Amino acid sequence: MPEGEIQAPPMLDAAVAFGRVLRGAGLRVGTDRLVEFARAIEEMDPSRRDDVYWSGRITLTSRPEDIEVYDRAFELFWESGGGAMPRPRPKIRLSVPQPDRSVMPPKKTVEKNESGEEAVRLRYSPVEVLRHKDFALYSPEEFAELQRLLADLRLSGALRKSRRLEPAPRGRHDPRRTLRGAMRTGGEAVRHRFRKARVQPRRVVLLCDVSGSMAPYSRALLRFLHASVVSGGHLEAFSIGTRLTRITRELTTRDPDRALRQTAGAVRDISGGTRLGDAIKEFVDRWGQRGMARGAVVVIFSDGWDRGDVSVLAEQMQRLGRLAYRIVWVNPLKAAPGYKPLAAGMAAALPHVDVFLSGHNFESLEELARAVAAATQR
Amino acid sequence: MTEASDGRRGALPPGVSHFRELGVRLREHDYLADEGLSTAIFLSLKLGRPLFLEGEAGVGKTEVAKVLSRILETPLIRLQCYEGIDVYQAVYEWDYARQLLHIRAAEAFGGEDQERVERDLYDREFLVSRPLLQALEHRGPMPPVLLIDEVDRSDDEFEAFLLEILSDFAVTIPELGTVRAERPPVAILTSNRTREVHDALKRRCLYHYIEHPSFEREVEIVRLRVPDAEERLARQVAAATEKMRTMDLYKPPGVAETLDWTEALVALGARELDEKLVEATLGSVLKYREDQQRAANAGLAALVSGLGGVGRDA
Repeated sequence: MPEGEIQAPPMLDAAVAFGRVLRGAGLRVGTDRLVEFARAIEEMDPSRRDDVYWSGRITLTSRPEDIEVYDRAFELFWESGGGAMPRPRPKIRLSVPQPDRSVMPPKKTVEKNESGEEAVRLRYSPVEVLRHKDFALYSPEEFAELQRLLADLRLSGALRKSRRLEPAPRGRHDPRRTLRGAMRTGGEAVRHRFRKARVQPRRVVLLCDVSGSMAPYSRALLRFLHASVVSGGHLEAFSIGTRLTRITRELTTRDPDRALRQTAGAVRDISGGTRLGDAIKEFVDRWGQRGMARGAVVVIFSDGWDRGDVSVLAEQMQRLGRLAYRIVWVNPLKAAPGYKPLAAGMAAALPHVDVFLSGHNFESLEELARAVAAATQR
Repeated sequence: MTEASDGRRGALPPGVSHFRELGVRLREHDYLADEGLSTAIFLSLKLGRPLFLEGEAGVGKTEVAKVLSRILETPLIRLQCYEGIDVYQAVYEWDYARQLLHIRAAEAFGGEDQERVERDLYDREFLVSRPLLQALEHRGPMPPVLLIDEVDRSDDEFEAFLLEILSDFAVTIPELGTVRAERPPVAILTSNRTREVHDALKRRCLYHYIEHPSFEREVEIVRLRVPDAEERLARQVAAATEKMRTMDLYKPPGVAETLDWTEALVALGARELDEKLVEATLGSVLKYREDQQRAANAGLAALVSGLGGVGRDA
């Protein structure tokens, strides 16, 4: 088509309108991509459905997950009379039941009433108290305080040697820098330079069970996931419930409340049941085996209640164990005195777990951070 | 000049102005692309945009670059990414050993002019160009095909660097100045999704996710790539791999495995698939012990059953 024909503007209008639909459906499409889409259609046949479909899919999607969303939006926009605005994806609210205050152990009051010393400690070191307090018993104000504590807690994987080399006082000889230095001294290598493999933290993969039985803890744990993801580093986060959802991207928003809202929007099975074995299998199949779990520290937050087939869980944990550097299992129930891993899922998974922690309060999350960073071989 | 006003700078092969014509060309060079992939390649060439290809291992991502270089009759320059890859391995490196010899020679033959010796040191002849620089320096009627393979294996720093190169198709060497591509190379990036490649890089590219082919297409691919295989065998193999893909395996076979398997069968003189042959050649299509076991448990006979003598009805 010769340049200057007045085909372009109408196509661009349509592209922009379609872009709005895609954004409404949750796809990230920038203006640059829409311009690209308009240009692409001009090279194709705008009157042919498939040409428009492929031009759009090739220019506007960038992940396999986008394709399903794109297909829905495409149908809605181009095939239902055109230009119809979509209903926004139903927002799923993250419902975390507030602890029922009537059955809460009256810890605080007891402490205050029984001894003046306790009351003093409570007043002067609220952080210390909070560190030991069970997440399930947190008040809204305490969640706000937790946010501040979490900001200082960094989750960084155990170190491993990278294949990237860096200058070092000793190590392997570095001819490139040695010779470069020699240029300045008339070709005489006066000083020899060395380099060695850089060390870098291993990837950390967080799998957080968001099923109903974990609800008292998922609010705090999701905040922990968020704080870990925004602090940077090699981190990936997934939620597990009846299915597996990758939530790393949703959690990257700085503002914790917005991030959690977005996460809740992406996770569709919050507070449903868990099919732990299936979810872990899905993780290993779709992500882990391809490389995400290889040499990584994998942390699973779950109480081990599995509504699926427990033998699946055992098999998948074994598979995961062969890929991962270390598997840490965090189960808030473990904090209860006399806890025994009676849940069938927990019992099946434990033989493949390297570190078993409770994660029910801040102090145990600190312990988790240490376990994740620890370099000892299993 | 903005890209939008220069819509003609694409690198389509002569005589191709429609994606279907491109599809025919691909086929002439033994590559069968469906409508989506033909369109993606067509637009990438026409709009001069890098093409980012994702898909399961063995669906033919790398092959796209190879066939394009044959069609365009232009060199294929391949950069295999790996963890820790850096500028010295991807773009250029000074040949220090030769530079050193140069200094020594200048000393020996009485080159007192220190400044000139140093200037000569950083001459182009002492520069070793690696794939990315080769692609930018290429001169010819057609730009080269630049295959950046398994970009997901590199790290963030390198990705950021790639983003720069793919935006400007230029690189600056401090001692020499900027090297700019005459025409942007035909860039094909592939990823196996071991990790998510950064959005910014993907935004520079057109994107296509390659699926496993349909049954009929796979039969065609087998016939095209393994001409010695008889039609019946090709249909049986394609049907059996299709079944395997629904078996919930750790590594479902891709087209590459289908072709490997057919070749193995042809090498054994097979004209028709039976249980014994499947058992003998299973290793060429299923490469995990667990997967082989799973297939065996499901019954190898089931893989060839229902195929009868005439192959599967399409």
